[in-house]
Amino acid sequence: MSFKRILLLFALFLSSGLMAQNDVEMADTFRADGKIYVVVAILSIVFTGIVLFLIRLDRKISHIEKEQRKSEKE
Amino acid sequence: MTNFAASIESTSMSKSPDSASFLSRNWWKMLGVCLVFYSIIMGFLGTVPRLPILHETIRNLYFHVTMWFSMIFILGASLVFSIRYLSNGRFEDDIKAEHYSHVGILLGMLGITTGSVWAHFTWGAWWVNDPKLNGAAISLLIYFAYIILRNSMDEEQKRARVAAVYNIFAFVLLIVFLVVYPRMNKVDSLHPGNGGNPAFSSYDLDKNMRMVFYPAVFGWIMTGLWIANISIRSSIVRYKQLRKQFSRPDSNPTHVI
Repeated sequence: MSFKRILLLFALFLSSGLMAQNDVEMADTFRADGKIYVVVAILSIVFTGIVLFLIRLDRKISHIEKEQRKSEKE
Repeated sequence: MTNFAASIESTSMSKSPDSASFLSRNWWKMLGVCLVFYSIIMGFLGTVPRLPILHETIRNLYFHVTMWFSMIFILGASLVFSIRYLSNGRFEDDIKAEHYSHVGILLGMLGITTGSVWAHFTWGAWWVNDPKLNGAAISLLIYFAYIILRNSMDEEQKRARVAAVYNIFAFVLLIVFLVVYPRMNKVDSLHPGNGGNPAFSSYDLDKNMRMVFYPAVFGWIMTGLWIANISIRSSIVRYKQLRKQFSRPDSNPTHVI
């Protein structure tokens, strides 16, 4: 096989690979419109809420542990 | 790693947490939460490879697969404390093993539910008869049996010992059903990473996914450990309180139960 043919084959492979990549449907317009940030914001808020709840629980239990230790010393 | 273990010990064992500073006690909780936030933000905004069938659902890797990874880690922690209980018989270790397994089971249930939703939109069915999926379901049932076994016994020390031994079997079966069996030869599986299917290697056309996935796993492990830590401490406080009430000579123990 001549060098030119190999080059042609290589180019064909490359282009088919690129086409396959471009054909795959992704949420490009969704991202372009900027709406995906809304989802990120909302998920962050949800997770923040859960974390705040956990922090509150943690502090509560620390307080109870402290009181228990105090009463054990007495 | 020893420092990390020590900081978990200091917060959960309530030996002398007042002496340690706030940061040295809580850095791993903050790190975990920050990493999960990072995975939420980069999980949506980062670039992912364009793959047929999967499309944008490839991003589920950051949320579905992390559940299983952190489940295995936290159930491993449960196993460690079960073995520790068997070797030293301290009640704290039994309580830890119990609560770590609870958090692990929670993560597993989240993993199986999210996986089912993902399968519906990519494979076309909520549940397919796949070795990976069935293995996951069986190992979750084994851990449900762990909870039932615990609750079926009243005598504390007997319950702790039997549950610890069962936990060792459960973890071994978990590894067999979730890791070994789906990867065996001649086992055909749709699930990535099993039955000859590639897992990561096909996705990392760019390295971006690994940069989100691994931090996400660590973040969820830390967050899961934190949740377990809170319930362990509340359990230990309650245990000490009960012990105090029972040891008091004038107390009437029937009213506390």
